[in-house]
Amino acid sequence: MEKGKGLMGSGGRRWGVDLSDNSTSRDIPDPPGFSRASLDQDDSSLSRQKKDAESNWKAQKAWEVAQAPLKNLLMMGFMMWMAGSTVHLFSIGITFSALWQPISALQSVGKMFEPYKDNKVELLGPKLLFIALNLGGLALGVWKLNALGLLPTHTSDWVSSLAPAQEVEFSSGGVNLG
Amino acid sequence: MAMVIRCFLTLLLFLVSTHLTSSLYEDQVGLMDWHQQYIGKVKHALFHTQKTGRKRVLVSTEENVVASLDLRRGEIFWRHVLGTNDVVDGLDIALGKYVITLSSDGSILRAWNLPDGQMKNLKADKDDLILVFGKGCLHAVSSIDGEVLWRQDFAGESIEVGHIIQSTDEIYVAGFIGSSKFYVYGLNAKNGELLKNDHTTLPSDTFGELLSVSSDKFVVLDNMRSKILTIKIKNGKISYNQKPISDLNKDSSGQAVILPSRIPELFALRMNSRVLLIKVTNEGDLVLVDKINNAAGVSDALSISEGQHALAFAQHEDSKIRLLVKDINNWNDDLLKESIIIDNQRGNIDKIFINNYLRTDRSYGFRALIVMEDHSLLLVQQGEIVWSREDGLASVVDVTTSELPVEKEGVSVAKVEQNLFEWLKGHVLKLKGTLMIASPEDVVAIQALRLRSSEKSKMTRDHNGFRKLLIILTRAGKVFALHTGDGRVVWSVLLHTLRKTEVCKDPVGLNIYQWQVPHHHALDENPSILVVGRCGPSLATPAVLSFIDAYNGKELNSMSLTHTVAQVIPLPYTDSTEQRLHLIIDINQHAYLYPRSPEAIDILQREFSNVYWYSVEADDGVIRGHALKGNCIHIIDEYCFDFRDLWSIVFPSETEKIIATVTRKSNEVVHTQAKVMTDYDVMYKYVSKNVLFVANAAPKARGEIGAATPEEAWLVIYIIDTVTGRILHRMTHHGCQGPVHAVFSENWVVYHYFNLRAHRYEMSVVEVYDQSRGDNKDVWKFVLGKHNLTSPISSYYRPEVTTKSQSYFFTHSVKAIEVTSTAKGITSKQLLIGTIGDQVLALDKRFLDPRRTLNPSQAEKEEGIIPLTDSLPIISQTYITHSLKVEGLQGIVTVPAKLESTSLVFAYGVDLFFTQVAPSRTYDSLTEDFSYALLLLTIVALVAAIFVTWVLSERKDLQEKWR
Repeated sequence: MEKGKGLMGSGGRRWGVDLSDNSTSRDIPDPPGFSRASLDQDDSSLSRQKKDAESNWKAQKAWEVAQAPLKNLLMMGFMMWMAGSTVHLFSIGITFSALWQPISALQSVGKMFEPYKDNKVELLGPKLLFIALNLGGLALGVWKLNALGLLPTHTSDWVSSLAPAQEVEFSSGGVNLG
Repeated sequence: MAMVIRCFLTLLLFLVSTHLTSSLYEDQVGLMDWHQQYIGKVKHALFHTQKTGRKRVLVSTEENVVASLDLRRGEIFWRHVLGTNDVVDGLDIALGKYVITLSSDGSILRAWNLPDGQMKNLKADKDDLILVFGKGCLHAVSSIDGEVLWRQDFAGESIEVGHIIQSTDEIYVAGFIGSSKFYVYGLNAKNGELLKNDHTTLPSDTFGELLSVSSDKFVVLDNMRSKILTIKIKNGKISYNQKPISDLNKDSSGQAVILPSRIPELFALRMNSRVLLIKVTNEGDLVLVDKINNAAGVSDALSISEGQHALAFAQHEDSKIRLLVKDINNWNDDLLKESIIIDNQRGNIDKIFINNYLRTDRSYGFRALIVMEDHSLLLVQQGEIVWSREDGLASVVDVTTSELPVEKEGVSVAKVEQNLFEWLKGHVLKLKGTLMIASPEDVVAIQALRLRSSEKSKMTRDHNGFRKLLIILTRAGKVFALHTGDGRVVWSVLLHTLRKTEVCKDPVGLNIYQWQVPHHHALDENPSILVVGRCGPSLATPAVLSFIDAYNGKELNSMSLTHTVAQVIPLPYTDSTEQRLHLIIDINQHAYLYPRSPEAIDILQREFSNVYWYSVEADDGVIRGHALKGNCIHIIDEYCFDFRDLWSIVFPSETEKIIATVTRKSNEVVHTQAKVMTDYDVMYKYVSKNVLFVANAAPKARGEIGAATPEEAWLVIYIIDTVTGRILHRMTHHGCQGPVHAVFSENWVVYHYFNLRAHRYEMSVVEVYDQSRGDNKDVWKFVLGKHNLTSPISSYYRPEVTTKSQSYFFTHSVKAIEVTSTAKGITSKQLLIGTIGDQVLALDKRFLDPRRTLNPSQAEKEEGIIPLTDSLPIISQTYITHSLKVEGLQGIVTVPAKLESTSLVFAYGVDLFFTQVAPSRTYDSLTEDFSYALLLLTIVALVAAIFVTWVLSERKDLQEKWR
């Protein structure tokens, strides 16, 4: 029972053999013709190389992602130009989507760069570019909103429902009742 | 928020510009409007029942209407409304087929075709003379062609002609010079040659009119009203005798009056409530025939057969009226004796006209047309009222409105709509109509359904505020409440304060005010109405007040005041029971506060220094401003206040005369004080309630158009602040004259006048802007709320104002101008113009915009500015009265509905007309003909489609998975 237990205890995790784990298989001699030293050395250099490539790729991708809003920006600009400067359904729709896209993008900056998160990858640059471009998009949207005259930037926008001032005095009268 | 409003306004503008006119389809007539035709208080009536055709009665009224009424139902066959100055003096039937009317002091004679009321040239086979007397001149008119054959002028001899006696070839004209000299002239009937004359001086002056008893006998009272003078003319010679009334009637107290009933050989003398019937014998003796107690009215005699004359009179008996018809020659037996129950809100009998008809048993029956004290007209036959007409409504004095009771809970929809099946059927019909699959019968059914929709005539308040009560004060002193839904009379009350009494001889109703409008905390109380009247036409007679419950017409309270009434000022303050404070100003410039309660005094004391009052003395050309000073010094009454004079504006009397003043409606709601111009510029409206528009004309140009040359005519208009007396704006229109009709709303005034140089009517608009607020241009102030534009302002700040004005030609002459009013004042305005043709035209205020230019820029066009034209367009679809006429149009009243887009319009004159207008279309509600059934059907279809597609997609998914 004890042996079995021991077997169970020590061999329970033995079902899976980690070949790359050097420490546990030390008691078993290496097969003939297998040189551990060379493999160790080779393996580490290989993985380092691979990691470098990956981080490079990640950095590259991150920059790509960061630059993506630019295309969007140009597209939006074109759409806005197409929509014209009068208030109707189409122009309002485009303007609001132009406002909404950057805002939603800015909200999910972290999530956007999640896959490229790495100790070695500097994400600050791409993030900043991304934010800047999105802010640019937002500015474009606001500018369009203003061009449509929908921004309350004039006095007239604030006084159009200003109730008349109350009068202190009351006066009435007229011609004598006939 | 501002953005939303801008979006909304742009959308609105879009809608407005696409539908420039808001006209009406044929099938919408009568849906929201109603029209009632009246004739007014009947003066003369003639029955026309000889022919076998339609029986009718011809009437002329105090509203100068000549009409032919159906004797069976009281409907109008035809009707002509003569002008306001064209008073009908006489009415007769000539040659059996023409109605002859004499009007304007006997200067106009007209003949109308009896069946259809067409005006006719008289055509006759026989050469009959029609004698017409008017303005001191006797005319003989040929009945063939209406040509005047001869005329005889008596005006030079200052004779007041009382009577004309006609025999075969001689005509006698009798009348007074002064009040005691009696003259008789004999004329040749063929050529009007003066044959003989005679005169005599009566022993005393006379009182009242001369009454002709027979062709040659007259009676008249002496000036002490104690003797009766009998005058007899024989062959142009005058003889007279006199008899004291006390000889005929022992109890001769009270003032005697000869009634104007024409009875052969008889006359009626009224003393107090008693009527004496006195016979004049051939010798000129007077014999008392009968004494009638509680007599209400005596008719003219009716000749029923050769030598037989009947006479009708009525007596009051408690709540009933006894109608008696007697044979004059055989006084003791009654031809007819009937008791009729008449609603006591109709008051006493004023006039009776009788007519006879042959019963099947060959005896005579009588029908009587009775004019009541409230001016209503009744036809009585066989002891019953056959029909009645509320003709008091033809003479409206003042109008106000009242809300209806709030709907009680527990009234289910099914109960309102009768039953569900009917409701469903109605909607199916409507759906058919929408889908254009309705048969012609269905179309008729749909129209009927829409017209008698029970929804609009319910007696409760509705969500949109379309259902209200129109409270109308008539000249007879009766107050009516009409339902706006269908125009029916909900209640009517004859105010006893406005009935003739010993104290109050000749009462007149002046105005009607909303006394108590409960909302919020006093909702359980009924609203009430204040009626202000006066005991006579003179300003110096005492005032009377009546308070009426607006829901049921009960007179809550009435007062006969000791002071007079020159003006009534409803103050903008209410007490705890929502009673509005009113100041009644008498001719001695004391103000009396009502309601008379300590609470009212408290409220007034709080606002004491802020209450001002101005008086316009049009005859002297002076406008004076006053302010409250303190309690009256000479009168011990804590509700009496004195005024002190603050300012006065004296117009130079040799160059200017006040012809019109107009001010803003006290209950008008203005939505905003700013007006946004193009390029986002802002102008601040000068929105003050304390402004008065005054129009002055040159003294020479006050009369008719054409009386003055353009050089001596001018019109000067003023806009005056009535607190400080400051003249805000003054402008002169050279070569123009009145009459001026004007309307003041928000910051603008529109007025209508005549341009003598252009020979056309003109309308001008003046808009007043507050320049001193114009520098509020910093956006950040508004963003942070750091502006003081909504803080209370005083007229003593003396704001700088600028005005913009523009004039346009207008084709019509105008009887009244009014402007639409809405609940919040957001909706654009329309001017309602009562034209000379008695119709009401709606004209967009946009046409009267002073900023209209010949070539408006794109931005201005977007704003809705119309290119400048020299005259205002009259688009026939915008007549809100469509094909109807409001005969004798006097005034237009607009009331806001609860629905912002809609304004209720009531136009009155001899006719009444009510409708709803939506100046910017009904943008805030679905139209009446919106098909809810179609909407429901669409929704059901969509839901079904969703369900079917869902099932299909599920099935497909399953198949996909099994593959």
